[in-house]
Amino acid sequence: MSKITINIDGKEVQTQEGEFILNAARANDIFIPAICYLTRCSPTLACRICLVEADGKQVYSCNAKAKDGMNITTQTKTIESERRAIMEVYDVNHPLQCGVCDQSGECELQNYTLEMGVDAQSYAVKDIDRSSKDWGHLHYDPGLCIVCERCVTVCKDMIGDNSLKTVARGGDPLDDIYKESMPKDAYSMWNKLNKSIIGLTSGEEMLDCTSCGECAAVCPVGALVDTHFMYKSNAWELKQIPATCGHCSAGCQIMYDVKHTSVQNPEDKIYRVMNEWNYVSLCGAGRYGFDYENRVAGKDEAAFANALEAFKKADTIEFTSTITNEEAYLLQALKEKNGYKLINKEAKAFQTFLKDYSEVSGTSLYGSDLKAVHNSNFVISVGAALKSDNPNARYALNNSMTVNKGAGLYFHPVSDPVIDGMGKSIISVNHAPLQEEAVLYLILDLFADKTKLPAAVAKYLASFHSQKTVTVEETIKEEVIEITKEMKLNSETGEEEEIEVKKSKMVPKKISKEVQVDENALLKIVGTDAKFEEELEKNLKKKDTFALMVGQDLYTHPHSKNIARLVALIEKYSDFKLTMIPPLTNSLGVALICELDEVRGEYSVGYNTSGDFTLSALGNGDLDMPAINQQEGTLTSINKRVNPTNAALSYNGYELNDIANALGLKAENVVEYTVKLPIAKGFRAEIFDNLPNYYKNDGTEVRGYVLDNIALSVSGDENVEAFSEEKLEGTLIYLANPVRQFSAFTNKATNLDEISGLYMSEAYLSKSELNEGDRVKVKNEFGEIVLSIVSDNKIAGNIAILPTFDSKLNSGAMFSNYRFATASIERV
Amino acid sequence: MNNEQFNNRNVNDSYYLVDIKDYPTDGWGKFKRVVKRTFRGELFVGLWVVLREMIKFDIHTIQYPLEKMPIGPRYRAVHEMKRLWESDTERCIGCGLCEKICISDCIRMDTKIDEYSRKEVSQYTINLGRCIFCGYCAEVCPELAITHGGEYENASEQREHFILYEDMLTPIDTMKAGKQLEFEGFGAITPHEDERMKKTPLAY
Repeated sequence: MSKITINIDGKEVQTQEGEFILNAARANDIFIPAICYLTRCSPTLACRICLVEADGKQVYSCNAKAKDGMNITTQTKTIESERRAIMEVYDVNHPLQCGVCDQSGECELQNYTLEMGVDAQSYAVKDIDRSSKDWGHLHYDPGLCIVCERCVTVCKDMIGDNSLKTVARGGDPLDDIYKESMPKDAYSMWNKLNKSIIGLTSGEEMLDCTSCGECAAVCPVGALVDTHFMYKSNAWELKQIPATCGHCSAGCQIMYDVKHTSVQNPEDKIYRVMNEWNYVSLCGAGRYGFDYENRVAGKDEAAFANALEAFKKADTIEFTSTITNEEAYLLQALKEKNGYKLINKEAKAFQTFLKDYSEVSGTSLYGSDLKAVHNSNFVISVGAALKSDNPNARYALNNSMTVNKGAGLYFHPVSDPVIDGMGKSIISVNHAPLQEEAVLYLILDLFADKTKLPAAVAKYLASFHSQKTVTVEETIKEEVIEITKEMKLNSETGEEEEIEVKKSKMVPKKISKEVQVDENALLKIVGTDAKFEEELEKNLKKKDTFALMVGQDLYTHPHSKNIARLVALIEKYSDFKLTMIPPLTNSLGVALICELDEVRGEYSVGYNTSGDFTLSALGNGDLDMPAINQQEGTLTSINKRVNPTNAALSYNGYELNDIANALGLKAENVVEYTVKLPIAKGFRAEIFDNLPNYYKNDGTEVRGYVLDNIALSVSGDENVEAFSEEKLEGTLIYLANPVRQFSAFTNKATNLDEISGLYMSEAYLSKSELNEGDRVKVKNEFGEIVLSIVSDNKIAGNIAILPTFDSKLNSGAMFSNYRFATASIERV
Repeated sequence: MNNEQFNNRNVNDSYYLVDIKDYPTDGWGKFKRVVKRTFRGELFVGLWVVLREMIKFDIHTIQYPLEKMPIGPRYRAVHEMKRLWESDTERCIGCGLCEKICISDCIRMDTKIDEYSRKEVSQYTINLGRCIFCGYCAEVCPELAITHGGEYENASEQREHFILYEDMLTPIDTMKAGKQLEFEGFGAITPHEDERMKKTPLAY
């Protein structure tokens, strides 16, 4: 794509070839009104208000692409009259009770009505019954809806649930006189608007989706509202605190909307979470899981003294990755000072994986990020339960499918209806657990440049190929010559005579032919469909940008070292851009900052995990700690970005920094350590208060800074081992969470009501003798737990899922390290 | 913008400065002024006026608190919450504009969704210790729900005397008797309001 120059309202503007005019204008601070368009999604063309004149022709700026030297006028007489008419139409039958609308002034209908100077109404149509609907976590009021279809668009193009669609509205058609008297675009827009309303794709009463709430966020009016927020507060009363979501590694930018709790209680409370939906999409956990703060009355001095005592006694600190970079730095500093062992299983696995990867790739970090996934048109995901491990990765995959007309491959043992629902161009391959190595070899085989691959690897890959003779039935067209006799009048003699006429005809004929084809044994080993090769070939047409996402299954795999090297080879010798999904919120930060140990010592202090003495932000430990929404600090995201987060709520108790100060370190605030984060690992010496946290008009992310990907010297040894034939079979369990749950913190949030238990697909349940709600005992060589069965229609196949969000379950104990295990499931 | 019109504070050109002699500055002059004022007998002038009026029995003093002056309809005293004439229910819709506009930040309200899916005000308070009775709340109210009343006796043992929604609401028996008074001050409907409105076309 090349840079071009266009002219908007007399201003010379630089933009990319093929960029929409609207985006080019927005990036250069030129205002073009638009309601239905969402950046990063495909144009909807519902509102038609973004009309502009390009080279003398009226076009919609949201779907007209900029061409070099184009002259664009954003306002002409006809465009103005169209826009005013459109806004009048939107105001037809719209209730005037703005005082009780939850949009409370953050309303695009209100803004544009005023912007276009609508002071009187000239159109009318008979209204129909549009009573409000309760869709569970969302509330839909068709009376307020202007059918801009932004909710439908975001659900389809970004989220991938396809839960919403436009349905017939019913009611009277428009009066014929309007067709003549109204501006043309306004009439056709109204004609469409008057026939539709938003409904559920499933046709049922309640929404059944992955409950991200993005549709309510993008709603320009108060038609779609989060049920928990209904009539709770006016927007203007809420103070917005820019932060970074602390639930998963996506590190989405969010705003905590904070206000005093009630008339009696002046203490702050988070009322809702907002996002810059044009540039970042949240998942249900980020949007609804905000009230996980740890409220304490004051400083518990006795508990603090005990904690100091415990730190003096301890030789180990165990922790999870739900901590900030600064706290991770503190723990590392304490390790260096007092020689503690730092135990964090999941970050350790990731750290080792990164190290093994670096040995081949020569870089300290993976080369790409989710933005590249958004922009690519062929995406592969290996070893991640995408929708629950990192919802943003799933959105990126879906976004590349829908907007870039992309295709993809999803390799995972657990089949996922949500991924399959993204469309036909994504092929799911449910390989057996432990077969991830074979999958990576298959990717190497299919996509890597074999001439550049290390000879041993190329040879190994070639060993899976064989020539096979197959009999193919082919239909060919054969020429058949028919000789027929016809009576014809002889013009010379005037008599009819019989002549022979030759006619050639093409007749289809089936023949069977023997052909030599290449057979790829890897396909069979991985367990692909019979039509896999054919479909893949079709899907790969016109694809030029490739992205690969790998997940936690690989880091915890028994052969993770070999896998890491394979992943590095794929990145090096194919066009794939690589993104690794860190297992938890700040696993990447912890992996970079802390030197982690394998084995714990005798006496441990646990931070957000149980130890002999437990510090906990969950409120169940021996000393209370602040949760992420009560802390300042930075979090390292999947995009290798160090994002700042601010404290939304105050915290009255002790924090880790107080303990560190008492143990001899010195800092008034924990954010004083931001500047000290290890530069050798890619961090920068930036002061916390200087870190920005916003998006620019053209979508540029101005948040914190991106880690430097440091080049490392490597031995040049690129050998990889052959994959092991080993696979898990029998009754399988998998360690993953349902959508909207990540940890005990999301479990604490009141609006996230997922029940803890053994998640089984509907098909699995109907095949077995088990029913939803049954108490079962899951038992294997590592341990046993008793829990209830939860039926989950967001998974398919025969693998039961054990969640980690319920800390009471201790589900991690059922697995060695790898996320899959065999177990017996029996009713008790 | 030109500030001249604000700087010239003379309302009328016929205003003139009163001729007042300069105050004495030296000690002797000040002594003379004290003597002059002390022995003028002005006390007796005042006493005579009182005696004269007493004898005439022409007394203008209002016997507060036994007697009270009528006050103007636009006087801004303690707030009142009005009810709808049609249904006797509360007019307040909980839009929160009074809370927003209040310059002394003394209004607070909690709202929630009620069983009819409507917005309901669950708590409403005005901190009279902070209220400066500016009248903005009554002015901004789109429903004429919060108004000022004539009740100016709001002395209390505590400075932070809150009033609750229930205290301000027109009592139901007053309402039933049709005795609710409308506020005519700022925010009330102006005369000829109907003529100034443009009508929205309806397809019925």
